[in-house]
Amino acid sequence: MLYREAGEFKTSYAQDSQTFPIWWDRLWYQVALVVGFLVLPFFMTDYWANAVFVPFLIYAIAAIGLNILTGYCGQVSLGTGGFMAVGAYAVYKLMTSFPEVSIVIHVILAGGITAAVGVLFGLPSLRIKGFYLAVATLAAQFFLVWLFNKVPWFYNYSASGQITAPERTLFGIAVTGANTPAWAKYLFCAVFLFALAWIARNLTRGTIGRKWMAIRDMDIAAEIIGVNPLAAKLSAFAVSSFFIGIAGALFFAVYLGAAEVGEAFGIQKSFLILFMIIIGGLGSIFGSFAGAAFLVLLPVFLKNVLVGGLGWPSDLAAHIELMILGGLIIGFLILEPHGLAQLWRVLKEKLRLWPFPH
Amino acid sequence: MKKSFTLLAAAAIAAGAAGAAQADLVVPNLSYRTGPFAAGGIPYADGFQDYFTLLNERDGGIGGEKVLTPECETAYNTEKGVECYEATKGQGALVYNPLSTGITYQLIPKMQADGITLYTPGYGRTSAANGKVFEWVFNYPANYWDAASVAVKYLLDENGGSLEGKKIALLYHNSAYGKEPIRTLEELSEKHGFELSMLPIDSPGQEQKSQWLQVRREKPDFVVFYGWGVMNSVAIQEAANIRFPMENFIGIWWSGSENDVIPAGAGANGYKSLTMHGVGSDYPVYADLKQYVHDAGKAAGDGSNVGTVLYSRGMYAAMVIAEAIRKAQELAGTSAVNAAQVRDGFEALEITEARMEELGLPDFGQPFAASCEDHGGPGMARIQQWDANERKWTLISDWIAPDDEVLTPLVMEDSAAYAKEAGLTERCN
Repeated sequence: MLYREAGEFKTSYAQDSQTFPIWWDRLWYQVALVVGFLVLPFFMTDYWANAVFVPFLIYAIAAIGLNILTGYCGQVSLGTGGFMAVGAYAVYKLMTSFPEVSIVIHVILAGGITAAVGVLFGLPSLRIKGFYLAVATLAAQFFLVWLFNKVPWFYNYSASGQITAPERTLFGIAVTGANTPAWAKYLFCAVFLFALAWIARNLTRGTIGRKWMAIRDMDIAAEIIGVNPLAAKLSAFAVSSFFIGIAGALFFAVYLGAAEVGEAFGIQKSFLILFMIIIGGLGSIFGSFAGAAFLVLLPVFLKNVLVGGLGWPSDLAAHIELMILGGLIIGFLILEPHGLAQLWRVLKEKLRLWPFPH
Repeated sequence: MKKSFTLLAAAAIAAGAAGAAQADLVVPNLSYRTGPFAAGGIPYADGFQDYFTLLNERDGGIGGEKVLTPECETAYNTEKGVECYEATKGQGALVYNPLSTGITYQLIPKMQADGITLYTPGYGRTSAANGKVFEWVFNYPANYWDAASVAVKYLLDENGGSLEGKKIALLYHNSAYGKEPIRTLEELSEKHGFELSMLPIDSPGQEQKSQWLQVRREKPDFVVFYGWGVMNSVAIQEAANIRFPMENFIGIWWSGSENDVIPAGAGANGYKSLTMHGVGSDYPVYADLKQYVHDAGKAAGDGSNVGTVLYSRGMYAAMVIAEAIRKAQELAGTSAVNAAQVRDGFEALEITEARMEELGLPDFGQPFAASCEDHGGPGMARIQQWDANERKWTLISDWIAPDDEVLTPLVMEDSAAYAKEAGLTERCN
C-alpha cells in the first residue's frame, strides 16, 4: 500500500535513472542519512563506536570492495586480508613519513597503493578462473602477510613488529590515536563509507559495471560483444583493491590504533569478508551493508544476550556463539543462497502487491 | 533486518550495563577460554578469579570492599579484546590484565587516555618498565627481555661462563610477543660471542615440521623458545620426535606449564623453562583456597587446575593487583578507591618476603618495590625442569638476575622512541 510504483511518473531522463526510483525507498535512504550523520554522532559513546559502529562501517567498505570484484565481476578473491594489510601499512608509512600531510589524503593514497598492488595480483586472472584464481589470490594473502612480517622497513624497525598509529587531526580534532572522541571516529569512517558507496553504486550501474557483469556472466560472450577482458578484469581488481585498501587503512589507523599483520589481517579476515558478501548478497551494494552488519552485530548481540543477559559463563557463550553463527551461515546458504539482499528484494516484491496479492 | 538487530543489540547492551553495581572494586578479567590459546588462558583465568573469590569470602574483600571480576572472553584476539575493554571500562574498572601482548599494545594508548592502569606481569611491552614514559603501565616483576637475558645467563653458568662459538636458536611465536626478545638476544650474542638464528612460527603453530627440520640441519646447541598456546605442546612433541636433547631446550615462562609437556609423555623429560614464581601447591594459601573457594563450590571454571603453573601465575597476578589496591586504599585514606588512586598504589607498591609469607606464599615470588621511574621490577627468574615420571616441575636454580647493563639502554631506547611517536614528555624529573 505504502510501497509501490503506481502514480510515480518520470518526466525526465534524470528522474528515470536515479538510484532510488521509488519514492518510499528514497525516503528511507534520506532518513538513514539524516540519522547516520546528524543524529547518531550526538549519541556516540566509546563502546558503541568501538564495538559496533566503526567496525561495521569499515567492514562495509571492505565488503563493497570485495563485492565489486567477486559479486559484480565474478573473480573470486581470498586475498582481502592481505590487501587490507597493504592499505594499513601504506597509511602507516605515509603517516610517519609525511606527518604534515592531511590524514584524508593519506587514506586515499593508501587506497591507491593498494589498487596498484591489487592490479599486480589481478594479472593472473586473465589466464585462470574460478577456484584456481581463488588459490592465486590466497597466495597473495600469504605473501603479503609474510612480507610485512619479514621486512622491518614496513614497521619502521620497531622491536615487536607492531605498527602504532600516531595522532593525526582533521580541523583540529583528533581522528587517529587514543585521544580520538568516539563521534569523530564514527563520522570520519561514515564519510568515507558514504562517498565510497556512492561511487560504487554509480560505477556498477554505468558502463564499467555493465562490463564487469558481462564478464561475470559469460566472459567469452562478453569478449565477442566488445568487452575488453583485460581492461574489465584489471579495473575490477583496481577499484576493488582501492576500496579494500581504504578499509584496511581505516581499520588500522582509526579503529585498532595498533596492529600486527598476522593477527589483524590474516586469512580469517579474508574469509570473514567473503562470508559478509555471501550472506549479504553477491552483486549488491545493499547486500554488502547487510552482510557487514550481520557479521559485526550478531557476535556482539549474542555475547551481550548470553553473558550479560542470561549470565552464562563466557566460555560456554563463546562456543555457542560460534555454533549459532556457523549454523546461520549454513542455513542462509541453503535457504537463501542469494543472501540478505535477495530477502529484501523478495520482501519488496511482496510489499508492492500488498495487501492485494492477486 | 539491520535495524531490528541494532535495536535488539541496543536493548541487550542497555540491560547488561544496568546490572553492574558501582560501589565495588571492579577488576575485569579479560580471559580466553576458547581458541588455540585456551590451554594457557583457562588455568590463568581460574587462578586470577579464585584469588579474588578467596579475598571476598575470607576477608570480605579488600579493605572491606568486595572485588568484582566481570569476565569477558577475548579468544586472544585483539579486536575482541578492544571490545571487551570498551564493554567493561564503563563499570568503573580499576585495572586490566589482558594476558595478551597484542591486546596490551592496543590498550596502552587507550588506557593512557582513559586513565586506567594496565598491569602486564611477565608479558606486554617490555619498555613499559620505564615509568618515566609509561605512566599507566606496570609490568613488574619481570618482562620478556629479562627472560631472554636470564636464559642466556643460565646457559653461561652451565657452560663454564662462556658461550663462545655456541649456536643458540630462538624459536618464537611470529608476533609482537615472540619478536620482543630478538633485539636483546642480538645484543647478548654480540657480547657473549654466540651465534643466533631465528626460527619464527606463525600463529597458532600447530604445524612446525619445517622449523624442526631446520633445527636438525643447523644443529644448534641450545634452543630458546618463546611460544604460547597450542604451539608449546607441538614444539615439545617435535623436539622429542627428532630426539633433540631436552635439557638444551629452554622455554620462557609462558612455555612451561603442565599442559605443554604432558602431551609429549616421557619424551618431554628434562625440558626446562623459566619461571617467575614457585611451583607446586605446597603453599599455605592453597589450603585457604581449598577451604573458602573450592570446597564452598565457588571455584572458577571446572576447578581442575589448582596448583598448576599457570593457575599459580594467575593467582600471583591477582595477588599483586590486590596488594596494589590495598596500598592505594592506604594512600588515599578511603576504601572506595578510583582508577587514578589505584595507579598511585601500583607505583608505591612494595612486596617484601615478609609480606609474601603473610599472604601464605613464602618463597614464592621475588621481592620488589616500584617507583615513579621503575615500573619493571628486578626481573629475576628461576629455572624449572620437567620430570616426566613424577609429572611435576622441579626448581633447579636459584633466582637469576638479568643483565641490566644490556637491558637498561635497550629499554631506554625503545621507550624514548615511543615517547617521541606518541608525543609524551618524561615524568619523575
